[in-house]
Amino acid sequence: MSYVFGIMIALAFLFSLISGSAGAMSQEIMDSASGAVTLLISISGMLCMWSGFMRIAKDCGLIDKLSRLCAPLLRRLYPDVEVESDAFRYISMNISANLLGLGNAATPLGLNAMKELKKQNPSDTASDSMLTFVLMNTASIQLLPTTVAALRKSYGSQHPFDILLCVWITSALALTAGLLSSKLLLHRRSKRPWKSLSR
Amino acid sequence: MEIIIPLIITALCVYGLFKRVNIFESFVDGVKEGMRTVVFIAPTMIALLLAVGMLRASGLLDWIAELIRPAAEAVGFPAELVPMGLLRPVSGSGATAILTGIYEDHGADSFLAKCASVVAGSTETTFYAVSMYYSAAGITKIRHTLFSALLADFIAIVLSVVTVGFLL
Repeated sequence: MSYVFGIMIALAFLFSLISGSAGAMSQEIMDSASGAVTLLISISGMLCMWSGFMRIAKDCGLIDKLSRLCAPLLRRLYPDVEVESDAFRYISMNISANLLGLGNAATPLGLNAMKELKKQNPSDTASDSMLTFVLMNTASIQLLPTTVAALRKSYGSQHPFDILLCVWITSALALTAGLLSSKLLLHRRSKRPWKSLSR
Repeated sequence: MEIIIPLIITALCVYGLFKRVNIFESFVDGVKEGMRTVVFIAPTMIALLLAVGMLRASGLLDWIAELIRPAAEAVGFPAELVPMGLLRPVSGSGATAILTGIYEDHGADSFLAKCASVVAGSTETTFYAVSMYYSAAGITKIRHTLFSALLADFIAIVLSVVTVGFLL
């Protein structure tokens, strides 16, 4: 992260020398720190509100309900994981929390799921289920993109949630593409030992 | 579509009361957690908004976007989204900084802003998630995880333009 930060600043400085935008740059440096704080304060209200409502959802047992709803689908995605195992329970709770946009709740659940999957696969190579699980967490699958909506609202959007349908379609198809490519690659690899056996 | 948010909120509260959950206390607890999240992300946000702000002011991002523009335009893809696509898998706060830059330059209800919002809402910080989850399980050989994850990110960026173009 230090490299990212340092390289970004150095690149910006070098390029401003070339393009002669040093004046705009020093103005930007003065503005951006205070701009960042203003931004954080203006999104924090909506962020806190949603986090509050999602906590209600959690305390009502809606997360547990959702994870039971997800179980039939998840069973197909994780054929190696037993439904009654702790790993499967953590996986479905993580996915449900993600769906509700509870990133903070989802992360510890996901880390537990990975630890449980590790017990079934004690090596330093990722198992098929681990791969699928990490892919599902690198794609965003939340039902309400509240953070983005809060940002848009703070920049004067009239209907910050009008992108909802587009977000659902895009994230669902992107995740499907990721999982599909992964399954295809797994399939190709899993054929190899069979080939070597048949010879 | 405008009714969906008030509906969800009301349904949640009514369901909570029905389930005899102390919904007020739950809400306040959730708000506390949200506040903690804000405080937690604040330092990185300030650092990255500064760095991305400098990059934007220097004109480097415009220059890169300008380089890719012919290729992007040839397939009908808006070049202004290219920096967003490049930064999104690496840095969540960096992508947020670019997103707010687009809101500022083009307005939060513009076509570009909608596309960029869809990208932000339908992708995650891929590298962060991959490193965090695998390090929790002590995995060093991640096989084709990054390939598939970045493929999903790429598809999301392309689809954001397609869906916003067709549906909004």
